[in-house]
Amino acid sequence: MRRLLLLFLFVLWVAPLQAAIEAYEFESVQMEADYKKLINELRCLVCQNQNLSGSDADLAQDLRRETYEMLQAGKSPQQVVEFMVERYGDFVLYRPQFKSTTYLLWLGPFLLLLLVLYLLVRRLRAANKPVEVDAAAMAEAKLLLEDKEPGK
Amino acid sequence: MIPEIGQFALIIALSIALIQALVPLAGASLGVQRWIALARPAALGQLLFVGISYACLTWAFISHDFSVLYVAKNSNSALPLIYRISGVWGSHEGSLLLWSLVLALWTGAVAVFTPNVPSAMRARVLAVLGLVSCGFLLFIIITSNPFERLFPAAAEGSDLNPLLQDIGLAIHPPMLYLGYVGFSVAFAFSIAALISGQVDSAWARWSRPWTNIAWLFLTLGIALGSWWAYYELGWGGWWFWDPVENASFMPWLVGIALMHSLAITEKRGTFKAWTALLAIFAFSLSLLGTFLVRSGVLTSVHAFASDPERGIFILGFLVLVVGGSLTLYAWRAPLLKSAAQTSLFSRDGALLLNNVFLTVATSAILLGTLYPIAIDAMGGKISVGPPYFNLMFVTLTAPLGVLMGIGMLIRWKSDSLGRLVSKLKIPALVVLVLALLLSLALPQWMWGAYLGISMALWIAVTAGIAIYERFHNRALLSTLRSTPAGFYGMLFGHLGIGVFIIGVTLTSLYNQEKDLRMAPGDTYSVAGYEFTFHGVRDFNVDNYVATRGGFTVRSESGDFKVDLFPEKRTYPVQTMPMTEAAIDAGLARDLFIALGEPLDKEGAWAVRIYYKPFIRWIWLGAIIMAVGGLFAASDRRYRRLARSTSVDTEAVERAA
Amino acid sequence: MNRFVLPLAVFVLMVGLLGYGLRLDPKKVPSPLIDKPAPAFSLTMLDDPSRQLSTADMSGQVWVLNVWASWCVSCRAEHEVISVLANRNLVTVVGLNYKDEPADAARWLKQFGNPYATSVIDRDGRVGIDWGVYGVPETFVIGADGMIKYKHIGPVTHESLEQKIMPVLKELLS
Repeated sequence: MRRLLLLFLFVLWVAPLQAAIEAYEFESVQMEADYKKLINELRCLVCQNQNLSGSDADLAQDLRRETYEMLQAGKSPQQVVEFMVERYGDFVLYRPQFKSTTYLLWLGPFLLLLLVLYLLVRRLRAANKPVEVDAAAMAEAKLLLEDKEPGK
Repeated sequence: MIPEIGQFALIIALSIALIQALVPLAGASLGVQRWIALARPAALGQLLFVGISYACLTWAFISHDFSVLYVAKNSNSALPLIYRISGVWGSHEGSLLLWSLVLALWTGAVAVFTPNVPSAMRARVLAVLGLVSCGFLLFIIITSNPFERLFPAAAEGSDLNPLLQDIGLAIHPPMLYLGYVGFSVAFAFSIAALISGQVDSAWARWSRPWTNIAWLFLTLGIALGSWWAYYELGWGGWWFWDPVENASFMPWLVGIALMHSLAITEKRGTFKAWTALLAIFAFSLSLLGTFLVRSGVLTSVHAFASDPERGIFILGFLVLVVGGSLTLYAWRAPLLKSAAQTSLFSRDGALLLNNVFLTVATSAILLGTLYPIAIDAMGGKISVGPPYFNLMFVTLTAPLGVLMGIGMLIRWKSDSLGRLVSKLKIPALVVLVLALLLSLALPQWMWGAYLGISMALWIAVTAGIAIYERFHNRALLSTLRSTPAGFYGMLFGHLGIGVFIIGVTLTSLYNQEKDLRMAPGDTYSVAGYEFTFHGVRDFNVDNYVATRGGFTVRSESGDFKVDLFPEKRTYPVQTMPMTEAAIDAGLARDLFIALGEPLDKEGAWAVRIYYKPFIRWIWLGAIIMAVGGLFAASDRRYRRLARSTSVDTEAVERAA
Repeated sequence: MNRFVLPLAVFVLMVGLLGYGLRLDPKKVPSPLIDKPAPAFSLTMLDDPSRQLSTADMSGQVWVLNVWASWCVSCRAEHEVISVLANRNLVTVVGLNYKDEPADAARWLKQFGNPYATSVIDRDGRVGIDWGVYGVPETFVIGADGMIKYKHIGPVTHESLEQKIMPVLKELLS
């Protein structure tokens, strides 16, 4: 089983880390920008953690071609994304969709920030209320201070 | 024979580490001087034996001892000497040994360079470090022995991963580990202080230089990794928010928070519990990073060959170390009391806000990094990548840019809004107008650029005011001498951030990228430069074969010309193709050419050209930050005899 | 319970998650196509280039689509298991020859034996993309209603055949 798994990984991990360069021609600057954004935000499934633009894996090449051809055929970037998600699931998106399972992901940090700021302000306010100083404790502190200081 | 010595030395080191962990700790609690005194020699002894073990593995690499499995897997007789030395940390087992060596070095440094720290405290710190060391040495010996023999010995090694055969990546891991592991010192001080109850100004003062130095190494380590990714991977990027990158970035961010929070605790004797907690966080995140890299729980470009068994070990270790310290914290921290009050409108307050934004930003990165596991556990799969992290990180840290400027000028304890506004309104106006002019000079108006430039200028101008306030109407020489190094540390640290912001903003907004088909003789123009392709030629070098392309780049105005030679390399042993980009680096822009695949028989190639404005400022900023860290660490105060300045606050506290 | 316990509580949660995560495989991506109609194709047969096989031809019966290629190392490893499945004559096993040279593929079948009722040629991998194939081999179970019922990623082992695939098939066939 172990050996099989290794074989399997070997097949998956044929993708070397190197630039994937293809000389696609674009009809418009907008289309080129859309293409670049898409291949930067779509994940290469067989790779370790790379987007389509960063991988030379076979499947990445195919999916870049698919992306390019869909854009050439007049599809919108959103349609390309839907095409990919239909086939490969949410895993292909480096920009997770905003939906019930990702509310925490997208909103969590901002909620945390608000919570922390609120707690901080409340605590500082509470701490800064005038405190009644225990006269005895103060006197003791003074004594301690004097005790400590002579060495200096 | 030598590999066996290496392994034996490791076992001795483990025994010493065990003694170092237990005896001084018991001695400090029971007040047994002889046990306390054991900490120092134990620390140095451990260093000696880990050092011997490390030297043995290095020797196996240098002498091509392919009867050692690890060497056979990661070296080759044609591998140049420098990569045989760096090959030691080229894979899982050896890099763990490097980790242990670095930990032993830090431990040794603590043993030697803490003359001011009371011996019981030092004993506790060394004991905690010894405990951490035990975990790692045990990990190496049980699951990842680099000295394992191969019978029969391999005739030839299967070579070091070609990606690692590069000077940038050769020195990246040691720097990174010096940083990661360096946070163990602040951690150990924090644990020791929580045990003894002495979480006070003196403790903060002892912790500060260690934190600064660890942070500066981490800064350099991360910057090196990013620089390497940029020139080596050929995709022109410098950061991908990969889980492993995040694993190094989170402790870095918490490290900044910790440096600032230590400043409050030292100066004002407040927020002790929080500072102690941050010190625990910084190191815990380093350990978490180790887990993420080596357990295979996440997919990453950088992951080592992963093994769930190792994952379980590190997780267990994590539970022990982090769980243990957080339990100790939950138990001891409620006993800590602040010596003074804090107003939000003061330098204390500004530093606290800094901590808020940094820790929330870190939490966002942690959330994004671990979220896919949570979704996976529920039966789904998602990816969280650069689009998420960029958005979160930029929005959550942008307020820091403004805060940084104010923080340098606001007073400790309490300040008045009126004073600050009257002081800062003109500089703020100047910054906004100047940034407007600069942004208009850019090829295209972008709000992001305006914001980025404003922020960087704001940091620079406020730093200028801070200098002016310190030096005007005073004798230059004596002020220079009396100004604490920490002040320069702050200046450099902040200016480094400003330079970094400029680099990031301009590179990401104005970079140009072109993938082309080029035949010999073709010329293509990008961002005012004409790129001419002359064709390719093959070369044989040490342990690889290179196909080298020739390009000439001219500026359209004609006053600039450079020849560039990007390569494609094949390493025959690992049959791995590599892209070696050619870069003409400059302070204002980089020109970057990478060679793709041959396209047809006429000699046309797929070529990628990048124009990256101000990208050097990213790493320049990191270097300036590191210089700041060095200044801050070298402050004279840290070398002076301890326990003098803040005795008053302590006394009040003890009496209360 | 005080606020100082909070970090510990968060940490415990995180360790639970990480511990659970160790048992998961981050590389296995579940297919969104489960319980969706099998993507239609009409492809040339490897053994008879004059004929085509389309998904419509398979409607009304339970069948298995096994994605393979002669260049795929682990396809050889699962070849024996696929043969076991085919020899049981429970369902039609169709091969999708993915991004391969037909000559190489034919030689491969000749050398190791042909377990497939037929194999169809997906030369440029487009059908593979429609089916969400990302690593060869992959194995799909399609119901009589034309829906994809199960997907196995990676080589099928005897173990996974008996424990994962057979139960699905038995339920569909009963």
